[in-house]
Amino acid sequence: MSLDSPKEPAIELVGIDKKFGTVHANKNINLTVAKGSIHGIIGENGAGKSTLMSILYGFYQADHGEIRISGKPVTIRDSQAAIAAGIGMVHQHFMLVENFTVLENVMLGAEGGQLLAKGVASARKELKRLEDDYGLEVDPDAVIEELPVGSQQRVEILKALYRGAEILILDEPTGVLTPPEADHLFKVLRVLRDQGKTIILITHKLREIMAITDTVSVMRRGEMVATRKTAETTVEELAELMVGRRVLLRVEKGAANPGAVLMSVRNLTVKDSRGVTMVDNVSFDVRAGEIVGIAGVAGNGQSELLEAIAGIRKPSSGEILIGGKPAAGIDPAGLRDLGLAHIPEDRHHMGLVLKFEEYENSILGYHRDPRYGRGPLLDLDAMRKDAEEKIGKYDIRPPNPRLRTANFSGGNQQKIVVAREIERDPKMLIIGQPTRGVDIGAIEFIHKRIIEMRDAGKAVLLVSVELDEIRSLSDRILVMFAGKIVGEKSSEAGEQTLGLMMAGIAA
Amino acid sequence: MDYFDIFISILGSAVRLSIPLLFTALAGLFSERAGIFDIGLEGKMLASAFAAACVAYWTGNAWFGLLGGIGVSIAFSFVHGFASITNRGNQIVSGVALNFVAAGLTIVLGQAWFRQGGRTGQVPPEGRFSSIVLPGADMMRDVPIIGPLYANVISGNNILTYIAFLMVPISWWVLYRTRFGLRLRAVGENPGAVDTAGISVAWLRYRSLIVAGFLCGFAGTYLSIAQSAAFINNMSAGKGYIALAALIFAKWKPVPVMLACLLFGFLDAFANFMQGKSMPLIGEVPVQIFQALPYILTCVLLAGFIGTARPPKAGGVPYTKER
Repeated sequence: MSLDSPKEPAIELVGIDKKFGTVHANKNINLTVAKGSIHGIIGENGAGKSTLMSILYGFYQADHGEIRISGKPVTIRDSQAAIAAGIGMVHQHFMLVENFTVLENVMLGAEGGQLLAKGVASARKELKRLEDDYGLEVDPDAVIEELPVGSQQRVEILKALYRGAEILILDEPTGVLTPPEADHLFKVLRVLRDQGKTIILITHKLREIMAITDTVSVMRRGEMVATRKTAETTVEELAELMVGRRVLLRVEKGAANPGAVLMSVRNLTVKDSRGVTMVDNVSFDVRAGEIVGIAGVAGNGQSELLEAIAGIRKPSSGEILIGGKPAAGIDPAGLRDLGLAHIPEDRHHMGLVLKFEEYENSILGYHRDPRYGRGPLLDLDAMRKDAEEKIGKYDIRPPNPRLRTANFSGGNQQKIVVAREIERDPKMLIIGQPTRGVDIGAIEFIHKRIIEMRDAGKAVLLVSVELDEIRSLSDRILVMFAGKIVGEKSSEAGEQTLGLMMAGIAA
Repeated sequence: MDYFDIFISILGSAVRLSIPLLFTALAGLFSERAGIFDIGLEGKMLASAFAAACVAYWTGNAWFGLLGGIGVSIAFSFVHGFASITNRGNQIVSGVALNFVAAGLTIVLGQAWFRQGGRTGQVPPEGRFSSIVLPGADMMRDVPIIGPLYANVISGNNILTYIAFLMVPISWWVLYRTRFGLRLRAVGENPGAVDTAGISVAWLRYRSLIVAGFLCGFAGTYLSIAQSAAFINNMSAGKGYIALAALIFAKWKPVPVMLACLLFGFLDAFANFMQGKSMPLIGEVPVQIFQALPYILTCVLLAGFIGTARPPKAGGVPYTKER
C-alpha cells in the first residue's frame, strides 16, 4: 500500500542549474513534491520560477541536474516528452485556438490517428468522463472565444487531463479570473488533488498560497530559499523570505482629508475602435487629498476610462472636468499643462520607449519643458542631471541613466515612470495598474509614494485589477462591471462583497 | 449568335480563365491558414510556368512538364520557408523578393537557353495538355440549354481543369477532416497552442508550404502548356495577386475560394468579350474597369461592407517560443 501513501514523491528536482549568458536563472535547485498534494512556488518576478517550470515542461534544458518522476530519472527534451512523462501545464496566457471548439482544442496534438472522425467520438466520451470525475463542466461544442475566461481555463486543465497528466503545473492561474471564478478553480484543484493528482501552483499572491496549498517553496534570485508546510507558516514569513528583508504588506496610511473636487467625470461614454461601448454613462468625482480606486476584472472598461481621462481616447459623449474646466478633447500635453499626470497601465506600450536610454525616458512627454532645452535643441546635460536625481530619490537600479531602458527590471522600469510623473508635482494623478509585474519590494515603495501624493493634497484616481491593492490604497472604491460603475464602497468593504460586484452579481 | 450562345461562350472562357486562379488561391489557402503570408504566389506561378514549358519542350511529355513545374514551385516554397520560418524573416519581404527573382530568372534563363527574347520554344502537341471531349458531348449538343452547357463549358477542357475542381473538395477534406488539417488551422491561429501540444511549429509550417508549392505548380503548368504552348515573359501577369484577392474575398475557406475564382474568372472573360464593344446608353466601357473589379471588390470586402474578413490570427508573425 506504500504506493498510495501521500509521502511518495511525484516530482523530484535534484541540483537543477540553468544559465542564460551571464544570468544565473536557476542555481542548484532541489525540490520534492509529494504525490497527491498541492505545492505552491512563490517568488518575485525574475526569481526563476518560470525558468524552472519551463525546464520541467521541456521548453529549456537544464545545464545540470536531474528530474525524477515517481522516482525514475527522466530526460525532458520537449513538450512531447513532458506530456509523455505525465506533466500538464496551464499557461498564464492560455494556449488555446480561439476559433476552435472546446473539443478541437482538447484533441489538438492527441487526435488518435490521421483522420479526425474516430478521435472526435472517443474524445467526446473522454471529456464527459473527465467532467463527471472532476466537476469540470464545459460544453464540448462551444467555441473558445465565446466562453468566459474561467471556462477557457477549465479547457486548459481538461487538455492536460485528456493527455493523461498526473502532475499539473498552473502558472499564475488567477490573474485573469474574478474572485468567484478563482474560488471555483480552487474547488476543482482540491477535487483533483483528492483524486491523486499532483498540483504545482506558481503565483505571487501570498493569500492564494495560504488558501489552497499544502506545502510551499520560496524562490529568490534563482535560488530555492525555503520550503514550508503551509499550515506552519505565515504570510509575513513568506513575504520576508521572498524579498530577503522585512516588508510591510499593508500600507500604513492615516485618514483621508478630502478637499475640493479636482476631477469630475459626467455621463461619460467611450467606445472602442470596433464601436463597442466600453464605458457606459459613467459619472464620479475625485477630490483633492483622496484616492479613488476603480476595481474590476480586466476588460470591463477601466482601460478605456483611463485613456479617455488621459486624453488618449476620444469619448463619444459626456464631460470630463479637470480643475473645473472641460477637458474632453484636450490632448495629453494640454492636460499635463492643466496639472494632470498619467501613469499608464502598460509601461511597455505607453509609458516607456524601451530602446531609449533611461534619462530619455525619464523626461518623455516633458521634453518641451524649458528646463531640458532651448528652442528645438535638448540640453542633454540637464536631462542627465535630472535623471540622476530621480534615480537617487527612487532608488532605481542599476543607477545608470545611460543604460537602455529594456535592460532594467520590471519594478525599476515602473519606478522610472512613477518618478517622471510624480516629480512634476501634478495636482491630479491617474494611475493604471501601478504595480503590475513589479516585485514586492518595489510595490511597497510605489504604494508609499501614492499615499504621499494623497497626503500632499493631490487627487488620485487608481485603476487596478489587483483587488488587494485597491483595498489597501483607496479611500473610496468604485466597482466597474461591463462598462458601468455598479457601486461605491468604502475601503472597509469586504473582499467577498467587492468580488460579487466585480462579477456583476450584486450591487 | 443569340444571347444564350454568347453567355455560354463567356462562361466557357470564364472557367478556363479561373483555373490558374483556383490552383493558386488554394495554394495560398494552405500557406495562409498555417500563418505564412504568401505574396510570392505570383513568382511561384511564373517560375513553374517556365519550368513546365522547358521540361515539356525537352521531353515532349506534358506530365514531365507538370512535374517540373511542381518541383520548381516547391523549391521556391522552401526558400520562402527558410527565410520566414527558419530565420524568422519578414514574410512579405521574402515573398516580394521571390517574385522579383522569378520575373528576372525566367527571362535570363529563357534567353540563355532558347534565344527568343525570353520565350521558350514552341512546345509540341504531345507536350501539352489538350482538351478532352467528355463522352456524349456531341450527342448532347442539341439538347436545349443543358446541351450547350455540357458540350461547351463542362466538356472540352483539359485534364488540369478537372483536377482543379477536384482539388476543392480534397482541400476541404484535408483541412477539416484530417489531423494535418486541424493542426494546420491551429498553427495559423495560435502557434503556441501547437507548440505546447508537443507538435513542431516549423515542420508543420514547412509542410503547409510544400502543399502550397505543389498546388501552385499546377497553376504555372496550366498557363504555359495547357492554355498556351510556350512560356512568354511575365505570363502570370498579376494572376497571383488576383488569386490572393480571391482568397481574401473568400475569407480563407475552400468552397468560397472556388466561387470567388469563378467570379473573378468571369469578370476577366466578360472584359475580353466587351473589348471594343459599346454598351447601350453608356457607350464603350474601358476594359480596365473590369480588370480592376476583383481588386475593387476585395477592397470593399476588407473595408467591412460585405461581412468581415477575419484573417488567420497568427498570419505574418514568425513564431518565437516565449521566454
